[in-house]
Amino acid sequence: MSDAIIGGKDRIAKRFEKLRAEDRAGLVTFITAGDPDPETSFEILKSLPAAGADVIELGMPFTDPMADGPAIQEASNRALAAGMHMRKTLSLVRCFRDHDHETPIILMGYYNPIYIYGVNEFLEDARNAGVDGLIVVDLPPEEDNELCVPTVEKGLSFIRLTTPTSDDKRLSKLVQNTSGFVYYVSVAGVTGAGSATNAQIIEAMARLRRHTDLPIAVGFGIKTPSQAAEVARVADAAVVGSAIVSKIAESLDENGKATDNTALVVSGLVRELADGVRNARK
Amino acid sequence: MTSAPTSINSFRSLPDPDGHFGQFGGRFVAETLMPLILELEQAYKDAREDPEFRKEMDYFLKYYVGRPNPLYFAQSLTEHLGGAKIYFKREDLNHTGAHKINNCIGQILLAKRMGKTRIIAETGAGQHGVATATVCARFGLPCTIYMGAKDIERQSPNVFRMRLLGAEVKPVTSGSRSLKDAMNEALRDWVTNVTDTFYIIGTVAGPHPYPELVRDFQCVIGNESKAQILEAEGRLPDELVAAVGGGSNAMGLFHPFLDDKDVAITGVEAAGHGVHTGHHAASLTAGRPGVLHGNRTYLLMDDDGQIKEADSISAGLDYPGIGPEHSWLKDIGRVNYVSITDKEALSAFTLCSEKEGIIPALECAHAIAQIIKTAPKMNKDQIVLMCLSGRGDKDIFTVAEALGVKL
Repeated sequence: MSDAIIGGKDRIAKRFEKLRAEDRAGLVTFITAGDPDPETSFEILKSLPAAGADVIELGMPFTDPMADGPAIQEASNRALAAGMHMRKTLSLVRCFRDHDHETPIILMGYYNPIYIYGVNEFLEDARNAGVDGLIVVDLPPEEDNELCVPTVEKGLSFIRLTTPTSDDKRLSKLVQNTSGFVYYVSVAGVTGAGSATNAQIIEAMARLRRHTDLPIAVGFGIKTPSQAAEVARVADAAVVGSAIVSKIAESLDENGKATDNTALVVSGLVRELADGVRNARK
Repeated sequence: MTSAPTSINSFRSLPDPDGHFGQFGGRFVAETLMPLILELEQAYKDAREDPEFRKEMDYFLKYYVGRPNPLYFAQSLTEHLGGAKIYFKREDLNHTGAHKINNCIGQILLAKRMGKTRIIAETGAGQHGVATATVCARFGLPCTIYMGAKDIERQSPNVFRMRLLGAEVKPVTSGSRSLKDAMNEALRDWVTNVTDTFYIIGTVAGPHPYPELVRDFQCVIGNESKAQILEAEGRLPDELVAAVGGGSNAMGLFHPFLDDKDVAITGVEAAGHGVHTGHHAASLTAGRPGVLHGNRTYLLMDDDGQIKEADSISAGLDYPGIGPEHSWLKDIGRVNYVSITDKEALSAFTLCSEKEGIIPALECAHAIAQIIKTAPKMNKDQIVLMCLSGRGDKDIFTVAEALGVKL
């Protein structure tokens, strides 16, 4: 039995079921594995569920993150400089699973490090480590045979990004082979840049709901608890990445090293974001 | 422009409809860009079939670029080396001084056709940036050029040229601050400005359909060369030689000859300080297949799949990847890829300047260096045809520094 399956249901489905039962949206938090160093990154990762993260996206560092803005680019650079690599990222997840069996972990990144690891070996190791799903930015449905199909066959979720440029025809293609949830990238752009208006998000939600019954998480440009709350009123989850990663950057000392504050400021922000999300529909 | 023959026995029938050259190529891009890439593919298909588009291209290639440029018999260099007859295809004589403009004319006409109102591009040596800025000035479109901060330092004349032409040059300080990072930054711009912006990629790389369309726009080099060598010698050359960074001048020269099985073809990569030192840009010689910038191709990377920085004295070859069709041609053995060090390229640069009165770009100095090695071993009745892809004026500061001369 896969570690991703507990009680006959996978962790992602179970988590969204719980959220529905509580009549609230979820908070999805993004951090980069190994940022600012492997040890501190593990401290941060461990603290996320208690601070209110419902789902965790863990970035796999890459030298050339083409779809990321400066905050996540720098997070990748910090992690790589601290010696992070793919196998260490998976062992981070394995260690996390010693403490937490319920919070879904989605690995997010770019295809090349997975391709070089070897797709089958990577999927095997990721599943054994306790990974629940993948988001791979540079694999559109046109390249589904590369990783998406093998991922689904292994029983992991392949979570698709849908964007403001996805029209109805494109959406029907995008929701194939996908599972877990659908990630709506609310602005055309890189991570951490502009934000969509509430009206735009509502319109996009309505369109997406015509194509899928999966939960919909909305990300890109959500930085504050009140923005997260706005999204939480209309979507199934709000994703926050660059704002959290920027907190890590701000907490570092003049040599770019972690301080006693680093893990604390992250859980502080996540707590505020979670309050926003949890109280949104009250 | 050429229409690719469709015979299965042809080396010229790829890519397939999904943009693959064997296992290479493809469309590895963020979902936001997919609709744009599909739109571009359709627009290019339509344009290719439209005689008006072709007529317009031919007009600008003739009256604006100055084509056809000559196929020049390098008699003095030939005599000096004492072997095969050496011909240069003079892309350096084009408007803007390099082959890059051929592709830019094609893409700007495509952009106009698609109703795009803003142009972006990446540049390494600055030749593609200058060519893009030039066509943008001519066709009245605003343009933003991304250029690595490291390249801005070593190619300052081209930076000034682009600004004179009205382009905004944005220094890229992320990553290795060179061509690959400029391409990342251009992709970030494109993903942000999806409705109005056309991305003019300068080489035969990137997501499908770029490798195909850039190749088609550059095939004018090979098509002219073929007609010109037949006129001059009454036969095809024994060997073609061209430098490869991303590989657009080489692909433009090679492609029309791929099915001429008696023509040997050699691509020359930049070996930087030497392939054994790890400081080089020879992705075919020392890299392995991976996925970057929208396509699967040979790349320089570490065991974790992290992209390595390339290293070459020539900013135009300083890229850790290569066009996917070159990767395919290497694997099937149709083209032989070799590498040349900075030092060898520098001596070729000075030799060509002294013997032929032509200062070549450092990029094609790599091709000349290869000829210096091989031509003397060939018979005097054999013919080598090389793409002299650009003029070297932009490189004089780099060369002076490398030779220890203070300007």
